[in-house]
Amino acid sequence: MIEEIGRTTEGDLIINVGPQHPATHGVLHLVITLNGETIKKVEPHLGYIHRSIEKMCESLSYRQFIYVTSRMDYLSSHINNHGCALCVEKGLQIEVPLRAQYIRVIMDELTRIASHELWWGAMAMDLGAFTPFFHAFRERETITDIMEKTCGARLTMNYIVPGGVMAELHPDFQKDVQNFIQLYKSKFEEYNELVTGNVIFQNRMKSVGIISKEDAISYGCSGPVARASGVICDIRKLYPYDIYNKVEFEEITETEGDSFARYVVRLKEMQQSIRIIEQLLGNIPEGDFQAKTKAVLKLPKGEFYQRVETARGELGVYIVSEGGTTPYRIKFRSPGFSNLSALEHMVKGLKIGDLVAAMGSLDLVIPDIDR
Amino acid sequence: MFSLENITRIIHEWLNSHFNPTFALLSEFILVGLASITLFAVLGLSLVFMERKVAAVMQIRLGPNRVGPKGIFQTTADTLKLLMKEGLVPDGADKFLFSLAPFIVMIVAMLILAPIAFAKNFQIWDINIGVLYLSAVSSLSVIGILMAGWASNNKYSLLGAMRSGAQIVSYELSAGLSVLSIVVMTGSLSIKDIILSQENGWWIFKAHIPALISFVIFIIAVTAETNRAPFDMAEAESELTAGFHTEYSGMRFALFFLAEYINIFIVCAIGATLFFGGWMPLHIGHWHSFNHIMDFIPSSIWFLGKTIALIFLIMWFRWTFPRLRIDQLLNLEWKYLLPISMFNLLLMTLVAIMNWHF
Repeated sequence: MIEEIGRTTEGDLIINVGPQHPATHGVLHLVITLNGETIKKVEPHLGYIHRSIEKMCESLSYRQFIYVTSRMDYLSSHINNHGCALCVEKGLQIEVPLRAQYIRVIMDELTRIASHELWWGAMAMDLGAFTPFFHAFRERETITDIMEKTCGARLTMNYIVPGGVMAELHPDFQKDVQNFIQLYKSKFEEYNELVTGNVIFQNRMKSVGIISKEDAISYGCSGPVARASGVICDIRKLYPYDIYNKVEFEEITETEGDSFARYVVRLKEMQQSIRIIEQLLGNIPEGDFQAKTKAVLKLPKGEFYQRVETARGELGVYIVSEGGTTPYRIKFRSPGFSNLSALEHMVKGLKIGDLVAAMGSLDLVIPDIDR
Repeated sequence: MFSLENITRIIHEWLNSHFNPTFALLSEFILVGLASITLFAVLGLSLVFMERKVAAVMQIRLGPNRVGPKGIFQTTADTLKLLMKEGLVPDGADKFLFSLAPFIVMIVAMLILAPIAFAKNFQIWDINIGVLYLSAVSSLSVIGILMAGWASNNKYSLLGAMRSGAQIVSYELSAGLSVLSIVVMTGSLSIKDIILSQENGWWIFKAHIPALISFVIFIIAVTAETNRAPFDMAEAESELTAGFHTEYSGMRFALFFLAEYINIFIVCAIGATLFFGGWMPLHIGHWHSFNHIMDFIPSSIWFLGKTIALIFLIMWFRWTFPRLRIDQLLNLEWKYLLPISMFNLLLMTLVAIMNWHF
């Protein structure tokens, strides 16, 4: 009987968490080795949602491939598009009109808030609290409504084209965003009351899944995960793109490097995003929303790299061009992949519940890891 | 005045006047059995519905509203669906134990119904060791859960069952101790005597702060004992998919599910009986006219009202709190609740001896 229930001879229990499991938020497959409730080993198995996006991009033109990238990290699809468009613009040396830059950055930050809202709800759900999910979605709906009004899509927006954005803003845009900011500010305290201040929540999150600054760097962590360990890595500050160098915002860092620090970083980041939007919203300049570009784009021979800060961390877009209408090779450096690699380091020796908490605090989006 | 007591008395007298006493007693047994099965079904269905509506209110949504007026038949429809589903037994499972486990859990839930007083003189079995019986029988349900976890031949189920075993065994202690503190005050284990002792005020008001402490401990402990969030270690959806009943489907699953709600009802009924006087109306010391007005509300309404208020409290916990980790759960019991409830029992004893209560 002992062998039948899957114990190995050393007395370890090997459990498959996923590919279909409520805590993995997708088709991630973790093979965990347990000693009782204690985790001895975590082995992520990837590839269940691999759609070979990089290969697909190689047979699509420079205008078309951007749309495929929405499906990588679907929660920050707009920022993925932004990175790709910036990379193409870099190759073609297109000057993007200021108005388009403003719109792009505002939409970037709205996407970031929407993504963090979803994460907040899912994080609480991982810890067994279901109600925050609905509260998070209440605010997130407002953002997706704004996006729908602007470009017709709620999730995979495809609003960005090389040289600017696809369409003019909806006349109500400023008013809607203003309303959202008001709603968000009035509800933010609720988040802290419901989740952040909860004793059970804090006990589950503090001193759990710790990753030190050095380890975060060596695992290649980025975004809120790295910043929670004290690594300064915000691409918006370090390598500003579009008009990020003209707006004022703080790069949020914590030093603890535990799940709670990652939680706090994301909550504060949402507020910084609000701050950025507030600065830009009132003074979107008049002008074109799109630069004049040729119908068929051809990047000169060479290699181009652009990084952007998505909701999950640093997204790198690397294009190798042979001078044709399609890229010769495309490689994405996705933030989730590197962040996932740190998971085993974080949870070794902890309990199953901690694995779920740490995984939630990493904010993994599986299609982003597999691509 | 309407009272459940009259109904039972009329039935009793009618049976005894028409048949010989043995047959009358036998038919009363059958009637009680049928009534408790009906109660079981009705309670299960209505509490599931209540839970879904409470969850909906907490989560700013509407909840079930399609089947029947305001969706009240939703849970009936769900149960019918579960009845018609195939009850799958996984390969490699111990078929006998696998099928037996849900019945054990259910039978335990039904057994505990026996000494609960639903209204004045309306009680299935007024046993003189009622409270002891309750604590003894309620701890049997862990056998069903362990059996389910082991027989499923599933690692998640096994982990869930082990957690549940550790949890129920530990929380049984502080639940028992807080029940004891009321027994100390009344000096009787009989449910009837405990209720009658609260004629001039409920224990939670009469016995000062110690009663309040023991009530809080009782609520925490019974939430853990019934495997409800924030102590739903045995199920822990995001960790163990569904814990001990991962492999169950169809009516076998429904039995676990309904038994959970019956257990909630029972523990809340016990809580209401011990701390809030069961069916006893709200009486305040020598305010005779006030007490008299309160007596006009039927005792069954008092009992149900108190129980449902406590059930709402437990549901409220579930929809607002995150789940504890297994080691934190056991720490909470052994390092905090148990010492506090032991000390509290001493305090209660002191209050009882010195006659400091009202």
